[in-house]
Amino acid sequence: MTAAGLIFANIHDQSIPELTRVRSMASVPFGCRYRLIDFTLSNLVNSGINRIGLITHHNYQSLLDHIGTGKDWDLARRSGGIKLIPPNVTAFDGTTTSKAVAHRLEALLGARDFIAHCTEDYFVLSDCDIICNIDLSEVIESHAAAGADITFVTKKVDAAGMHLAEQVSVVTADENGVVTDFVLAKPQEGIINLYTNIMIVSRAYLLTVLANAAAHGHRSFFADVIVPSLGTANYRAYEYDGWYAYVGSLEGYFASSMDMLTQEAREGLFAAKNRPVLTKVRNSAPTKYKEGASVKNSFIADGCVIEGTVENSILFRGVKVGRGTVVKNSILMQDTFTGDDVSLNCVITDKNVTIRDGRNLSGHETMPFFVGKGGSV
Amino acid sequence: MIFRKKECVAMLLAGGQGSRLYALTKKVAKPAVRFGGKYRIIDFPLSNCVNSGIDTVGVLTQYQPLVLNEYIGNGLPWDLDRAFGGVKILPPYQGQKSADWYKGTANAIYQNLAFIDRYDADYVLILSGDHIYKMDYAKMLDFHKAQGADCTIAVIDVPIEEASRFGIMSTNPDGSIYKFTEKPKNPDSTNASMGIYIFNRKKLADYLIADEADPNSSNDFGKNIIPAMLAAGEKMYAYPFEGYWKDVGTISSLWEANMDLLGDKPILDLSGDDWRIFARHSASAPQFVGCCASIENSYITEGCEIYGTVKNSVVGPGVKIMAGAVVEDCVLMGDCTIEADANVQYAIIDSDVTIGAGATVGAPRATGAEIAVVGENITIAAGATVEPGAMLSE
Repeated sequence: MTAAGLIFANIHDQSIPELTRVRSMASVPFGCRYRLIDFTLSNLVNSGINRIGLITHHNYQSLLDHIGTGKDWDLARRSGGIKLIPPNVTAFDGTTTSKAVAHRLEALLGARDFIAHCTEDYFVLSDCDIICNIDLSEVIESHAAAGADITFVTKKVDAAGMHLAEQVSVVTADENGVVTDFVLAKPQEGIINLYTNIMIVSRAYLLTVLANAAAHGHRSFFADVIVPSLGTANYRAYEYDGWYAYVGSLEGYFASSMDMLTQEAREGLFAAKNRPVLTKVRNSAPTKYKEGASVKNSFIADGCVIEGTVENSILFRGVKVGRGTVVKNSILMQDTFTGDDVSLNCVITDKNVTIRDGRNLSGHETMPFFVGKGGSV
Repeated sequence: MIFRKKECVAMLLAGGQGSRLYALTKKVAKPAVRFGGKYRIIDFPLSNCVNSGIDTVGVLTQYQPLVLNEYIGNGLPWDLDRAFGGVKILPPYQGQKSADWYKGTANAIYQNLAFIDRYDADYVLILSGDHIYKMDYAKMLDFHKAQGADCTIAVIDVPIEEASRFGIMSTNPDGSIYKFTEKPKNPDSTNASMGIYIFNRKKLADYLIADEADPNSSNDFGKNIIPAMLAAGEKMYAYPFEGYWKDVGTISSLWEANMDLLGDKPILDLSGDDWRIFARHSASAPQFVGCCASIENSYITEGCEIYGTVKNSVVGPGVKIMAGAVVEDCVLMGDCTIEADANVQYAIIDSDVTIGAGATVGAPRATGAEIAVVGENITIAAGATVEPGAMLSE
């Protein structure tokens, strides 16, 4: 059983426009020193998948910079490795739509050559709005055992905690795991069987579907391909029961980030044996806690210098917290600089933000105060 | 094979046991000893090489090479995974006529002259793996070329009362060396050799071959090669280096060098982009600081979980310090667990150590106690006491 991977880098960009204005969803920073794609890539690599196509659409400079040659994920290979698949204008009629559903089929059609040239039996298709540590080899085994055409990885979640900005896919399956319905919805409450945007598909089936879609002028992977085949094709659901976070809005991003302060989340994401989360190495020095520093309940990357007070916060690499400064319930991304006697509460700063001496900023957990990349306050 | 000439090849002597580090070098060679949280000593010369534009480094290993070999690997963390050149491990080997361990520093290079010849290098930079410093070797090479020297030795100005611990160079006003004395009783100069040499390759080869033919030689650069070259009147210059440089060959100097990273204006600063020190990465989670933790004047690395009190300490990756535990004036190498209410004072704790709940290790530094050392993979039972000055190796 061999598998290759396909990652959709841009599909959920519209969920967090604040953070994707300057980057793709895949390269949105998360959890002190990661980008969202790190979780997806690590899941693939840790499951023995070494041939990965990365489908990009626009705004992918920061993504290219992050991935580099793929070395940090052991994906700089002569055979396989990571391959970037930028838009192929001949694959569709040249117009791009912002609708995620249409975009996915266009993207797959653009990647047809890559898919055709792979020799692997299965493909793992994954988006970058999911944060989890999943053993995909188990899912692939279950897919093969069921002789499925597509296996959708699902997760039972409470919709109330999800802070959805866009529609998500909700799967209904019978007791044997056969998918009976598949709908797009924006639920605000109740337990739902959420599709995690990770699917296993047999390569032969995928190629057949794409040929058919191209021939019939289909536009939407779900509306034109999946939904009409419910009941005839062998679609399965695989329920993932590990820790999971979903980034569906800035509010959701804030909540998922703050969740990293719980032991459950950190263990669910980082404690899995033989499944480390890999990322680009920056070679920062360890973090320096100076005289007068006071840090409580915070998740902190290397390369920071802390002189002030930090509570319930997430600090990315190279953050400076000045003397007398108080940072609470905030997310400070890479190289954020705060001067002396600054006060921050429920603030998200993007990369390279400067907060000058004495500034006082506060948001609320339902509406965090956001300072864009390179901003100065 | 693709061939490109390399102007300068570095040879890093990494075979030493580092016997004065006792328990810390029981299973690893000295260059592989951890330093400054996330580094190992060898990261400094390797990063200096890369930052100086030297991309071909032979690492001569002998004593306990397993960890060192694995750590260096293909050289990726230092950008030394090159199509031609890069970092190469050079262990002693069996030749057609003889098979020898490296008998001394000079003999180690002698046995690998073929490696240097392969790159047709004009200059050979000799380094050792037991110092912490940031240095631009390119500047030293420029100096060597400008002087038209056969050999250039990097020197650092040391206090006169410490000069008798070093190899001392006596120089003329133009920097040329007229006398070299190893550990002189009455030093007449404060120019201490840093153990960093640049040789013209052909000259080096001549002297190494002659030295090898001498059965009475101890095959050492300081004892044999340098004196022989001086005696023959070769052009030898001292290159003055200014900046932080520390030999970390003893327990106390290793502890001090770690402490040099701390304070408001540390004398050894590893932050910033200008001269980055690279290290192999552990891929552990970011550090988590718990609700009741207190951390002051300390250096903490990723993968740590801190729930207790840490003061004036350098903490390596993956260390857990539980609630109520106190760690003060310590160097924790990494992957240790300090259980609840343990008290660890003025100590060096090697990797994979567990200090049981309520245990006491060492005594506060203010009491004038000696450094306590706990070697790799040791478990200190709950409530147990490790005396200050103790050296636990098993």
